[in-house]
Amino acid sequence: MKFPAYMFAFLVFPGFVFSAVAGLMAGWVDRKVTARLQWRVGPPWYQNFFDILKLLLYKETLIPRGVPKAVFLGMPALGLAAATLVSTIVLITSGMPKIGFIGDVIVVVYLMLIPPITLMLGGFASANSLASLGASREMKLMLSYELPFILALAVPIMKCGYVIRLGDIIAYQRLHGDIFASLSGGISFFVMLLCIQAKLGFVPFDMPEAETELMGGPYIEYSGKALAIFKLTKAVMTVAIPAFMIALYLGGIKLTLDGIVKAVIKYILILTAMIIIKNTNPRVRIDQAVKFFWGIVMVLAAVSLVLAFMGR
Amino acid sequence: MGLKEIVLTKSIYVFHVSSGSCNNCDIEIIAALTPRFDLERFGVVLVGSIKHADAMLCTGSSNRLAIPRVKALYEQMPKPGFVIAYGSCGASRGLFKDSYNTCAPLDEIIPVDAYIPGCPPKPEATIAALAKLIARVRAKKAVK
Repeated sequence: MKFPAYMFAFLVFPGFVFSAVAGLMAGWVDRKVTARLQWRVGPPWYQNFFDILKLLLYKETLIPRGVPKAVFLGMPALGLAAATLVSTIVLITSGMPKIGFIGDVIVVVYLMLIPPITLMLGGFASANSLASLGASREMKLMLSYELPFILALAVPIMKCGYVIRLGDIIAYQRLHGDIFASLSGGISFFVMLLCIQAKLGFVPFDMPEAETELMGGPYIEYSGKALAIFKLTKAVMTVAIPAFMIALYLGGIKLTLDGIVKAVIKYILILTAMIIIKNTNPRVRIDQAVKFFWGIVMVLAAVSLVLAFMGR
Repeated sequence: MGLKEIVLTKSIYVFHVSSGSCNNCDIEIIAALTPRFDLERFGVVLVGSIKHADAMLCTGSSNRLAIPRVKALYEQMPKPGFVIAYGSCGASRGLFKDSYNTCAPLDEIIPVDAYIPGCPPKPEATIAALAKLIARVRAKKAVK
């Protein structure tokens, strides 16, 4: 691909514009399913677009006194750039497995870490004790879910014959069937589902934001455009991370009509599973989350790794 | 009515300020958000930080201790934003009118865009006030 094609892929399809629109729609699915589970009606489908437009176009961006402006305003932009890069790489490679480079799985894993880190730095920079507390929780949460996440990620890599190219993993699944169908694949899929629940900050693991005790945590001092960019980052990640799971376990996206429909159905099923976990569980404390991820989830991930090594 | 008015009225994030209220209004605010009335249908969300808010919902009689806080919160709200005086106390100090501790009603401290009288106001009254506020904003009478 040439440079203009890369820019188009990054900025329009399947990069920023596409993933942001799809992510805002996914955010609406989240709000609507949540509302229906609580026996409410819920917002109309265009609600998230109005929220973002309002923040982007018409609201003031306030900067607190004594705050390093470059860090405070630069972090949201950096997070959005990293999230967009993740979604671009993952969506292009799951559609066209031949594009990609050796080691792009590892690049994606590292890029996925940047949005939480930017959120943390933004929180620490915003000169607010609640934001610092939320950022420190975000850091602990990141340390706790990242280890089982990488162990679970090792299972598809191992099953496909130790390849670290996303395209090779998808090509292997097109020949030999989905990794999700095997025993170790199923267990590690479940482990990864719990990890991305924490990665996306959904409810049992939303203690960094904790609306009721920390009033939004790291987001507390953000307003206007900066807050809108953080919300867009979250929307893009809501598309990118489940798409990464579909690429690893469920065979990516075949570029035929029914292949795309199947991929969308898989995505909506993963999203709905996360929303149901979100709505049936109370928020846990940070120490409980660390114990959970380093205890049960780690054991499950290790078991799936051993099973994968035995060829199950 | 341009895009600005539509966008601003379709997505109202509310921050709840309690300036010495008796908790009666505060319970009714929650009642307006629960399944029976569900204000999220109109895009109304209760937020925890004033920096995310579009509307301040002020309950209570704004006593002397609370007045500096209410002023500070109004200044921290990103503009354009609205102020709604909720309940009899918020609208007119209610039965604390002659108290030594409440020296001014809310609308003499910060500009108020809508009043919701009642002790406490019913959720229906909250929704009616929201509809009136939206009509005012769309007629460009309340945008600052």
